[in-house]
Amino acid sequence: MTTRRNLLKAGASAMIAGVVPVSMVRLAFAEPEQDFIFAYISDSHIQHIKGNRFVRNWDQGLIRAVAETNLLEPKPDFVLFGGDLAQLATREELDHGAEILSGLRFKTHMVMGEHDYYLDLGEYWSRLFGEHYYSFDHKGVHFVVLNSILTYDDWTHNRWESGERRMAEMAGLDNPNGSPFMVGEKQRAWLKQDLAVVSRDTPLVVLSHSPLQKIYKGWNFWTEDAEQVQKLLQPFRQVNVIYGHVHQIQYNQIGNIAFNSVMATAWPWPYPQSYAQAESHLPVLTVPMNRADPFDERDATGWQLIDLHSGRVDLAYNLYANQNRLVAFNEHSGRPEDKRFQDPANRIVPQTHY
Amino acid sequence: MRNFHFALLVLFMGPTMGAALATDDLGLPPVPIPQTNPQSAAKIALGDRLFHETRFSSTGEVSCSTCHDEKKAFTDSPLVASEGIRKLRGTRNAPTVINAAYNATQFWDGRSPDLEDQAQHPFVNPLEMGLPDHGPILEIVSSDPEYIDAFRDVFGIEPAKITMQQVTQAIAAFERTVVAGNSAFDRWYFSGQEDAMSESAKRGFQLFLREGRCVSCHSIEQDHALFTDHHFHNIGVGINEIQEKVPPLAKAFLKAKAEGADVDKTVLADKNISHLGRFAVDEQLSSMGAFKTSTLRNIALTAPYMHDGSLATLRDVVVHYNNGGVGKAGDPINPFLSGGIRPLDLSEQQIDDLVAFMEALTSERFVAQTGASNSLDSAVPSRPDRLATTQGE
Repeated sequence: MTTRRNLLKAGASAMIAGVVPVSMVRLAFAEPEQDFIFAYISDSHIQHIKGNRFVRNWDQGLIRAVAETNLLEPKPDFVLFGGDLAQLATREELDHGAEILSGLRFKTHMVMGEHDYYLDLGEYWSRLFGEHYYSFDHKGVHFVVLNSILTYDDWTHNRWESGERRMAEMAGLDNPNGSPFMVGEKQRAWLKQDLAVVSRDTPLVVLSHSPLQKIYKGWNFWTEDAEQVQKLLQPFRQVNVIYGHVHQIQYNQIGNIAFNSVMATAWPWPYPQSYAQAESHLPVLTVPMNRADPFDERDATGWQLIDLHSGRVDLAYNLYANQNRLVAFNEHSGRPEDKRFQDPANRIVPQTHY
Repeated sequence: MRNFHFALLVLFMGPTMGAALATDDLGLPPVPIPQTNPQSAAKIALGDRLFHETRFSSTGEVSCSTCHDEKKAFTDSPLVASEGIRKLRGTRNAPTVINAAYNATQFWDGRSPDLEDQAQHPFVNPLEMGLPDHGPILEIVSSDPEYIDAFRDVFGIEPAKITMQQVTQAIAAFERTVVAGNSAFDRWYFSGQEDAMSESAKRGFQLFLREGRCVSCHSIEQDHALFTDHHFHNIGVGINEIQEKVPPLAKAFLKAKAEGADVDKTVLADKNISHLGRFAVDEQLSSMGAFKTSTLRNIALTAPYMHDGSLATLRDVVVHYNNGGVGKAGDPINPFLSGGIRPLDLSEQQIDDLVAFMEALTSERFVAQTGASNSLDSAVPSRPDRLATTQGE
C-alpha cells in the first residue's frame, strides 16, 4: 500500500504539496498506523436573503473550500465541519449549506455551532446531520465531538418570546443580553463515561465549536465550564482540541492539551467594511480590520488540512490568496507553534505607511 | 487617500512637467535591463532580424512576428487563438510584445521568468514554429554570412560557439525597445493636458479607480502606469467552461507533468488543460484557473481578449466583470474565483465610460492602427458561445 509519506517523499503528491509545506514531511513516526490526514472546514455562515437568494460571498467561501478539498491527492481520510454552517439556523440556510457540503467526496463529521442551534435548539440540524455530540475511533485515535455552545437553561427556555429572538440575541457580539457558552453537566457526564473505556495512551482529538478555554467572554471566545472539561481530558497523554467560532488562527497549550483554532470560510474576525456599490448584506460590524486586503473578500479566510501524526495534530492553513501558514506541535517545547512566524525575527512588520 | 494623491499629482505635475515628458516614454518607468544582457544598437538590430526570421520554423513561413505583428500592435488580432505552422491553432491569444519588457514573468501563465527564456519556446512548440529542436536555428546562424558577422560583432563569438543563449538574448534586447507610453491618458494624467482625454474617458478613469475595482490589479503608480500587478487571478474566464472537469483534469495533468510532460507543449495543445492557468505552472490551489493580469496599454488594438480570446470586445470584458466573473448575469461562478471579483452594478453609461477610458490608453506610436482594429473587431463573433464553435475546427 502506498502511504502518504511515501508519496510525499516520491514527490508524486503535487496536489497536496501545494497545501502542505515540505516541513511536514517527517522521517520517523512513532505509530505509523496512527498517521493520517483529514480536512477541516468551518464557519461558513450561509445566509438567506429571501426566496432562493443567499449571500454570495459566504456561499463562495464554502464552495471554494469544498472544491479545493476535493482536489487533494492523496485524499484525506475524512472531512470535519466545525459548526456555524448557517447564519440564523433556518431550514433554508441549513438545507443550502448541506447541499454545498454534499459536493464533498469524503465522509463528513459535523460539529454544532450556535448559529445552527438557537432557532430550534438544533432540531432541524439533527434531521440533516444526526447527533449533537458523539465520538468515533479512527486508526487508533479517539475523536470526540462536543456541542459546546449550550448555555444556562433559564436563558435558553424561559427568557425569549421566540426562537428567532433567541437566535438573534445569541448571534450578537458584546451583547449584554447574551449568555456564555458551555458544554453542560449532562454532556460532561457523557464525556466522562465515553472516556472511561479509552486507554490513557490513546491520542484524543476533541472537536468543539467554541474554544474549550477562556479567551474573550464578550464574543463568546469562551466556554464557561472549560476547566471542568479540561479536567476530564488532562489524564490523557496526548490531547488535541480543535475549535472554530473565532475565525482566526489561535493556538495554546494547557497541560497535556494542545488547542488549535480553525479559520472560517466566511469572514475573518475582525473584518473590514470594503467598498462595494452592489448591495453586500454584510452584518454590521463595530471593529475595523487591519490585516486583510479589503479588495479581496476571500482574504484571511480559508480551510485546514490536518496532519495527525504521533498523536499530535499539525494544522496547515490554506488561506487562499494569502500566505499559507503551518501550526505544528513542537515536541521539544511541548506546544503548538507556528513553523515560520513563532520566531519574532520572522514576523511581518506592521504597515505604518498607507 | 490614494485618489487624493492622484489628484494632487495632476495638479502639481501638470504645468511643470508636461512639455518635458511628451515623448514615447511618457507614463512609463525606465526599462529594466538585466546585467547579463546589456543593450547595444547592434544587438537590437540583430534581435530585430531574428524576430522576423521565418527560416526558424519547420515550414519556413512562420516567425515571431507572425503572431506578434507590428502592424497589429504586436499581436495577431483579430485571431482568437494564435496560428503557427500550417495554420495549426494553439489555445492562447497572443499577448502583445509592447511593454512586455516590464513583465515580471512571461506568457499568460508566467511559465517563463524573462524575455530570454520565453523566446526559446515557440521555435520548438509543435503548434507554433514546429522545429524538432533548436539545432536548425544554430545551423542557420552559424552558416549565414550576415548572421556570422552580426553575432561576431555583437557577442565577439565564433560561429561554431553560438548557442541559443546569444539568439534569445538578441531577441530579448530587441523586445526591450518595443515599449510605448504616451497615450491620451498619459498626456492628461502625467502631463496635465486637460483636453487630451474625453469627458467620458475621464469619468471612466474615476470608475477605474473606484466602482469598477480595476486599479487593484491593473495598477498605476504616482509617476508611471503599467496597468498590471504582475500577479495571477482567476477571473472566471476559461475555467467556467470546464468546472465539472477540473478534478480529473488537474489530476491527469499533474501525473503527466510528474512523468515529464512539457508544460509549454501541453497547455498550448489541450484547450481544457490551458484553462487550468497558473496552476499548471506552480501547482498551487490558489492558482487554479488564474492568469496574469495583462497590461491595458494599447488594449483597444488587441481584440479579442483574455487568455483564450473568448471576449470579443472591451465592452464584453467590462460586462464580464460587471456580472461578477460570468458572461451572463446569473450563470454559475466557478469555485476558485478570485475574492476580488464580485458583481459591480455598473450602469450602461458607466460601462461605456470604462471602455472610453481604455480606448484612451493607445500609444501615439500605434494610434494609426485604431481604425484597422475597430473594423477587425466586427469580424470577431461577439459571444463566447459562438467562439467555441469557431475554435472547434
